[in-house]
Amino acid sequence: MAIHRHDNHKSANAFMEWVDRRIPLTKVWNEHLAEYYAAKNFNFWYYFGSLAILVLVIQIFTGIFLTMHYKPDAALAFASVEYIMRDVPYGWLMRYLHSTGASAFFVIIYLHMFRGLIYGSHREPRELVWLIGCVIFVALMAEAFMGYLLPWGNMSYWGAQVIISLFDVIPYFGPMLTEWIRGDFVISDATLNRFFAFHVILLPLVLIVLVFLHLIALHQVGSNNPDGIDIFEKVDEDGKPLDGIAFHPYYTVKDIVGVCGFLIIYLGIVFFAPEFGGIFLEKDNFAPANSLQTPPDIVPLWYFTPYYSILRANTFNFFWIDAKIWGVVFMALSIVVFFLLPWLDRSPVKSIRYRSMPFKIALVIFVAAFILLGWLGMNPVTERNTLLAQIGSVAYFAFFFLMPWFTSIGKTKPLPDRVTQHEH
Amino acid sequence: MRKLITAFFAMMVTVVAPSSAMAAGGHGAVLDEVHMNMNDKASLQNGAKLFVNYCLSCHSAAYSRYNRVAEDLDIPLALLKENMMFATDKEGDLMKSTMPEDDAREWFGIAPPDLTLVARVRKPNWLYTYLRGFYQDESSPSGWNNSLFENVAMPHVLYELQGVQRLVGKVEAAEAHAGDAHAAVTDGTNPITIVGDVKFELEHPGKLSPHEFDVAMTDLTAFLTYLAEPAQLQRKKIGVFTLAFLVILMGLSYLLKKEYWRDVH
Repeated sequence: MAIHRHDNHKSANAFMEWVDRRIPLTKVWNEHLAEYYAAKNFNFWYYFGSLAILVLVIQIFTGIFLTMHYKPDAALAFASVEYIMRDVPYGWLMRYLHSTGASAFFVIIYLHMFRGLIYGSHREPRELVWLIGCVIFVALMAEAFMGYLLPWGNMSYWGAQVIISLFDVIPYFGPMLTEWIRGDFVISDATLNRFFAFHVILLPLVLIVLVFLHLIALHQVGSNNPDGIDIFEKVDEDGKPLDGIAFHPYYTVKDIVGVCGFLIIYLGIVFFAPEFGGIFLEKDNFAPANSLQTPPDIVPLWYFTPYYSILRANTFNFFWIDAKIWGVVFMALSIVVFFLLPWLDRSPVKSIRYRSMPFKIALVIFVAAFILLGWLGMNPVTERNTLLAQIGSVAYFAFFFLMPWFTSIGKTKPLPDRVTQHEH
Repeated sequence: MRKLITAFFAMMVTVVAPSSAMAAGGHGAVLDEVHMNMNDKASLQNGAKLFVNYCLSCHSAAYSRYNRVAEDLDIPLALLKENMMFATDKEGDLMKSTMPEDDAREWFGIAPPDLTLVARVRKPNWLYTYLRGFYQDESSPSGWNNSLFENVAMPHVLYELQGVQRLVGKVEAAEAHAGDAHAAVTDGTNPITIVGDVKFELEHPGKLSPHEFDVAMTDLTAFLTYLAEPAQLQRKKIGVFTLAFLVILMGLSYLLKKEYWRDVH
């Protein structure tokens, strides 16, 4: 028996040698999993990277099944979604997994970005990891926006109408550009068809390539940790960091626990509250697109509402330029500022554990402003709401543009030699 | 960090709480709460019967098929064909009204909307209040009006069941929802009912008593709610098993993690 097993082992080795001479399978496995060392003190915030990949896979997998039954045709699209919901076996499950998955994706990405922010993962030498991540975020927003038109509900129609006509404010080229995007004078079959093509082919490909680059860039410099210190400064005689553990098996088994926790929440929503109180599936979108009937309140999905609030907030004609144009500029800027973060942050330490008080206060104000703006974007414009949105917008931008100042003042705590670990 | 999170949540509560309270009490009509049981097959069957008899002649449910409804609601196919299918003899057909859209436009000024998804657009409480809020109004073209949907084009097709109501007027907030428990107060002459925050007097009784009519409208609302999302009967059952499985899997995967991590100090 023992001899037999030995033979098996030997032949398996021979097989791997054969493969490895032709493609670097073992090398890649070791570099990115079995011998990729990460700090041993990753906490709750470190689940969201692997979860983002999981949700990407869920979206692609469920998307394939939806594509088999969906009809990208203005006359048939709405009915084909109901066909999926009723006549396709488990079509409702695929659809809810996909619609809930879109919201889950943004929850995870926002938490993932927040993790970067609090532990300084955007700082040197991980600037490119952060930048590629920001491009992923923008691509994901485009993917979600185009996907939202496909059910051809009335909110799909009017949401797309409002967002596309934002380009109208661009002087001279605006109207030409919006017509070019829509492929028509109004949102129509032509728009639906091209959005379908972008949603199922172009943007998923872009996302997969970007995620690949994000990981390659990350593995080039190594993962950050909750202390924001370099674990490669203290290594053993083999060059292995003293505070590092191999990603596989340690973090793969740990991430399985995170995956289960995520699935409990995600599938809980899919099975028990797929509309999530009208936040994940808006009630006006259960009526087919109607160019003659504008919904009473056109609201984008929740993950766009902070930027939508910033868009609507401005009522001042700065430099005699129309307030509307500024609104679009501010909205664009509110997303672009994320790219600048690595160069705005001047703190001598990375992690919030050692940062000065001014940063912590600024961060709390920023998160509050972000959530306030998100909430306002879901609600109708009133005088009070516009004022709150203006205050929120100022707080939002102040966080970024005052960062060089407030990260260079105040007293930071001394950094530890080795990573710190709390008992769980 | 923990202090930061606590401070942050405290802040959010103070910022958002007063505004959401305002939003809840703000715009929108007073709706009665419908007490339906989606597992009560008899209630759903009665709703289906009312739907095909009173609604389907003008409104379609064009995304739904007859045989799917029969299967989900435990209605035998023979019974379905005999009593519920008036527009077609193929049980796999979509539930389409036979009224031509152009005629409808001429008669009512608007084509009756498809009702398959109406419960997801309007929500059950709205439907329940709307269905009970028709009253006689000589000034309207159809002779009917509705307390929730003013000047609605639809006539009171259920009047033979409910009877003919006359509008008395609005009631105070405290009195509204008194009609919730299908209560009909009699003041000696005609029965008085309260729908939402509107008071009605029943001038000519219908086939059903006010209480029976409320029950019938609960059944119809339940059916429309089912119709808007047939999967809801199935998904909750699957959901319970899925979550139970995941909780066990999470426990096991935690033990696995602990075992692997024993040598990490």
